Amino acid sequence: MPNATVTGKAKDRSGSTTPPPKRRAPRLTTLFGRQPLGIGLAAPYAVFLAAVFAYPLGLAVWISFHDYFFTAPGAQVARPFVGLDNYKTALADPAVRRSFLNVVEFLVINVPLTVVLALVLANALNGAIRGRTFLRVAYYVPYVTASVAVVAVWLFLFSSNGMVNQLLGPLAPDPSWLINNKLVMPVIAIFVTWKQLGFFILLYLAALQNVPRELYEAASVDGAGKFRSFMNVTVPGVRPATTLVVILATITGANLFTEPYLLTSGGGPNGASASPVLVMYQKGIEQGNPDVASAIGVILVIGVLVISLINRRLLERD
Amino acid sequence: MGFLLLGAFVFLFPFYYMVIGSLQKTPDTSIAGAIPTHGLTLDNYSQINERVDLARSLVNSGIFTGGVILFTVVFGVLAGYALARLHFRGRSTLFALMLLVMMVPFQLLIIPLYVMVVRSYGLADSYMGMILPFAINSTAVFVFRQFFLSLPEDLFAAARIDGAGELRILWSIALPLVRPALVTAALLTFIGPWNEFLWPFLITKDQDLQPLAVSLANYISNIAGRAANPFGAILAGAVVLAAPAVALFVAFQKHFTSSELGSGVKG
Repeated sequence: MPNATVTGKAKDRSGSTTPPPKRRAPRLTTLFGRQPLGIGLAAPYAVFLAAVFAYPLGLAVWISFHDYFFTAPGAQVARPFVGLDNYKTALADPAVRRSFLNVVEFLVINVPLTVVLALVLANALNGAIRGRTFLRVAYYVPYVTASVAVVAVWLFLFSSNGMVNQLLGPLAPDPSWLINNKLVMPVIAIFVTWKQLGFFILLYLAALQNVPRELYEAASVDGAGKFRSFMNVTVPGVRPATTLVVILATITGANLFTEPYLLTSGGGPNGASASPVLVMYQKGIEQGNPDVASAIGVILVIGVLVISLINRRLLERD
Repeated sequence: MGFLLLGAFVFLFPFYYMVIGSLQKTPDTSIAGAIPTHGLTLDNYSQINERVDLARSLVNSGIFTGGVILFTVVFGVLAGYALARLHFRGRSTLFALMLLVMMVPFQLLIIPLYVMVVRSYGLADSYMGMILPFAINSTAVFVFRQFFLSLPEDLFAAARIDGAGELRILWSIALPLVRPALVTAALLTFIGPWNEFLWPFLITKDQDLQPLAVSLANYISNIAGRAANPFGAILAGAVVLAAPAVALFVAFQKHFTSSELGSGVKG
């Protein structure tokens, strides 16, 4: 799930103002901190993170470098180190390469569309006086609904005889959307844009509250029209939020699974809509090659990290 | 304004169409079919209910989601409070780890988690196995931390002078003040497990334990073809899955605004 995470630079307000509660033995204070109770309160969460994120993360990397297969619980088997073999197997597989190209195609459509639409709609919503609540709720309804449920409607809308083709009449694509290997990825990218947009609109709405009013006033004194002040004041003003939106949209894209699994019955036609996670599922769990699947996962995460870093560089240059 | 309304139409129409489609006896995909005047029926609901026990699946979704919310609220509040208000060894490490977790694609972890939960702990086909990876939602911990941070320090100082212990301060002073955050965090947490498909799909093979998202997906990919009106039956299931989430977010919309979440974004 996408989250709000821009607070790396959050100021630590509770910092120095807390008075030391009682005199404690200084050695214990340096060992556990001034309020060791905090360790107790945070412990369940810390254990949870260690068990459900840190350890599996390490395990994923470990599996990807070994000859690993599923065994009955408790069985002792040799799992020899195989170096980069799993990575080579993964990258030599045309289905895997295809899935990475698919996700790139997905991101090229989805990310810019998400940023532009979310910002434009948030900006319009910010200025709207009547019906704000209704509009805000309308926009996030798809976000809070299960993919499985909304995929069902899209299947219906975009099926060969579906309403979209009825509307288009002779312009309807042949073969139809979801079985057309050129159109299937764009349809999925637009579906996900539609589904997630409400959340990103909320992020931009929050960011818009931080753009100083005076800048708009100054722009209008300088004779800037609505479009000019949007480009020159709003867009730079929400730049940190844009970095976040791009990163979160990229992560969502990298996680793509439900849509190709259901909308195109398992990445069809002919793997044209297979995503890396879908291939991970097929290779790892259906075909019992968790080692190759883990290698795909590691490559995917490295890809996401690289995109996030590039994006930060580009968007936070000045 | 026209632009905003057009947007709202694009967002809402599929939901309207979901309901209409679920009530049609035979699929009518013509444009006129979107505004039906007669021939509406609840047949599709009983069609899907014959193959997927809707009530049972809803209960499973409820237990899965309820469990996650319970763990998140109890342990998340404690962690959020500690992260915001207490000085202890490892606080900044934990905070950094929390931010990192929010950036790691969950799907990368499915293989090792599957190995651990199914193969090592034998938790396949159990509620605990479903809940475990989601048990404490990091975004919710983050929201709690931000709310606790926003409380004035004087309040805490005064309570300490009066001799209140840290636990008592948390329970009697801080907690009542962050009640709106509890609702926001619970809503935010709800979205994850209620809508999650991949994880419960991987670990539940027993139909009696599957949440609705999983049983509906299995219906779509395996058996829908055999129904008299497959689209109608699928859409009926979709309505049942979507309705609780939509109702909840419409009812509590006040707690899910940019300013509630914004406290998290602005830091």
